[in-house]
Amino acid sequence: MAHVITLGSHRYRFADLKTLLAKATPSRAGDRLAGLAAASAEERVAAQMALAELPLRHFLSELVVPYETDEVSRLIVDSHDAQAFAPLAHLTVGDFRDWLLSGQADSAALAAVAPGLTPEMVAAVSKLMRNQDLILVARKCQVVTRFRNTQGLPGRMGVRLQPNHPTDDARGIAAALLDGLMYGAGDAVVGINPASDSPDDIARLLHLLDGVRQRYAIPMQSCVLTHVTTTLELIRRGCPVDLVFQSVAGTEAANAGFGINLAMLGEAHEAALALGRGSVGDNLMYFETGQGSALSAGAHHGVDQQTCEVRAYAVARHFKPLLVNTVVGFIGPEYLYDGREIIRAALEDHCCGKLLGLPMGCDICYTNHAEADQNDMDTLLTLLGVAGVNFIIGVPGADDIMLGYQSTSFHDALYLREVLGLRRAPEFEDWLQSMALSDGQRLLPGAGSSLLRLAEAA
Amino acid sequence: MKKNTLRLGAAVAEDAWSAERQHTVARIALGRSGVSLPTRQTLAFALDHARARDAVHGELDTQALARELAGHGLPVLQVHSAAPDRACYLQRPDLGRKLAPDARLALQAAAPAGGCDLVLVLGDGLSARAVASHAPRLLEALAPALRGEGWSLGPLVLASQARVALGDEVGVVLGARMLVMLIGERPGLSSPDSLGVYLTAAPRVGLNDAARNCISNVRPEGLSYPLAAYKLMWLLRAAWRDGSGVALKDGSAAEAAYLALQAIEGGQRGGGKPVIC
Repeated sequence: MAHVITLGSHRYRFADLKTLLAKATPSRAGDRLAGLAAASAEERVAAQMALAELPLRHFLSELVVPYETDEVSRLIVDSHDAQAFAPLAHLTVGDFRDWLLSGQADSAALAAVAPGLTPEMVAAVSKLMRNQDLILVARKCQVVTRFRNTQGLPGRMGVRLQPNHPTDDARGIAAALLDGLMYGAGDAVVGINPASDSPDDIARLLHLLDGVRQRYAIPMQSCVLTHVTTTLELIRRGCPVDLVFQSVAGTEAANAGFGINLAMLGEAHEAALALGRGSVGDNLMYFETGQGSALSAGAHHGVDQQTCEVRAYAVARHFKPLLVNTVVGFIGPEYLYDGREIIRAALEDHCCGKLLGLPMGCDICYTNHAEADQNDMDTLLTLLGVAGVNFIIGVPGADDIMLGYQSTSFHDALYLREVLGLRRAPEFEDWLQSMALSDGQRLLPGAGSSLLRLAEAA
Repeated sequence: MKKNTLRLGAAVAEDAWSAERQHTVARIALGRSGVSLPTRQTLAFALDHARARDAVHGELDTQALARELAGHGLPVLQVHSAAPDRACYLQRPDLGRKLAPDARLALQAAAPAGGCDLVLVLGDGLSARAVASHAPRLLEALAPALRGEGWSLGPLVLASQARVALGDEVGVVLGARMLVMLIGERPGLSSPDSLGVYLTAAPRVGLNDAARNCISNVRPEGLSYPLAAYKLMWLLRAAWRDGSGVALKDGSAAEAAYLALQAIEGGQRGGGKPVIC
């Protein structure tokens, strides 16, 4: 269906919903690269105005990627909860923004409508929202998940401790793990990106992390971020797998580029559930996403990168994850050119994920060829802290020596806790106190801690 | 006037686990000023980032490089991709993979009759510094083996605003049966000058990374020139026979001669995943 709007003497026509969504998107490199971006600033606002008039119901009849050829589209349509959608059914996209910002949309109301929202509805409304709207609405959403501790409680924020090493050296990983734990990080997950993809190497790392967890009775979950098929094989071998990791994207073809489909995710999810390793809950999937992944796989179907990203959240939502991490600035400047584009994308991802009911965290990060620096990351870190992000990443000194990019440091997390009063997961907070590493809120020097001998286990 | 009774203690809290630094180059045990990075550490990070940024935005001095390569006795050609400047190059990888029209014409005019076995392209990629520092040294290490094995070489091509796949178009125009692209990798915080080496057998326009083989992190602190040259010669011979790409697995590191060389050179100190430019 074509969407038309006249501004002054100029009549703007958008051939279909995906074109309208793309043209309404705040400017970013990936959409320019794909040739999808608005041709002028006025065309962008015209598209936003046309989008604001569109009934939310319309999204149930016009899909951006065909149902017949894309299993993500089928998942979105087949799992749509019409009853949850009913209260919103009479709204346009513009009305929906107004409702989200209103006092009626409190945490309970937002949670109640989440199953009735499709990714495209959420992407659409986010394109009409300013950064402050994205922060305000996200802050009202509460998504609580549990495995060996509780993530997402109000006033709290987790940290994924990321102790990567370029050769997966056990002592090197243990040294970074110690550093993070001493700085009070690791409640969201201790997750290693391995350099190797050999199952034997991954198994060794799984045993290393599980050994440390058991030795110090840490209420944490661990993960080695390898392909879901490798994780499944290691589960069958009897390895200690807490969380199942996978990168996911918003189209079937892009997921095929990752070597996955929904059935494979389902199989791994079931296998990990059967291990019964969670102590306070059974959310055990850990997904990573990022704007631009579908385009970079040549699998975006002419859909803008932000809409593709929100469709990836439909994949994640299906498996009730513990953590969803948008790795926002990792992909590079051909998708998000500078600090301004990275910040906007991160706020969109966080808000859209939360609206769909996901436990959203963010890898606040950049590469050296992006026009960004530590100051941009400080700004984004502070904004996401205010927006109530579920977790962030912690890498020693913000420098990931394996993946070659800059994320947030353990110090950055402490800064956010200090200025916003954000606390850790309650179980982890108690553990830090029991180890004399914290007084409950602030870190103690920890010089006499038995944790200092952690590396001997490696 | 009131007397100022403020007494200053040590502002930086040192970490008790600094001995762990011997096990990793990660930035651990940095200490803290309050909850924040100590001044010394924040400046050390700033310096590393500044070097990486300068590497990304530095221009390849093609004149100086051409002079340095004159000793090989090969024609040296300078070409430019279709990306006119750095800002465009960073946002339009498609243009960095295509020759500018005039560059294509110049290459056509210089193409050796009957083609050649191998063309070497030196591209700035994301670190001109890496190419300027390491490509001439790597070529010196390669030259004796290439001569000894009788490879017929086309011109040396210096390419500005180049992505890896630009080499394939150069190879097609020059009639190269094998194409090697030496290119600056995306700078890491502690590796602003990492050189990548990409090999394509039977190059043609439109190939993707699955059709190539890669040697990453060539620099004195990473993979040394002699080891990189050994690996590349191994891959060249194997790809000449069987073609390049994901099906060709680098088996050089298992050979006795490589291990002997590694014992002299100290092996690969760096590491990490190869970064596609």
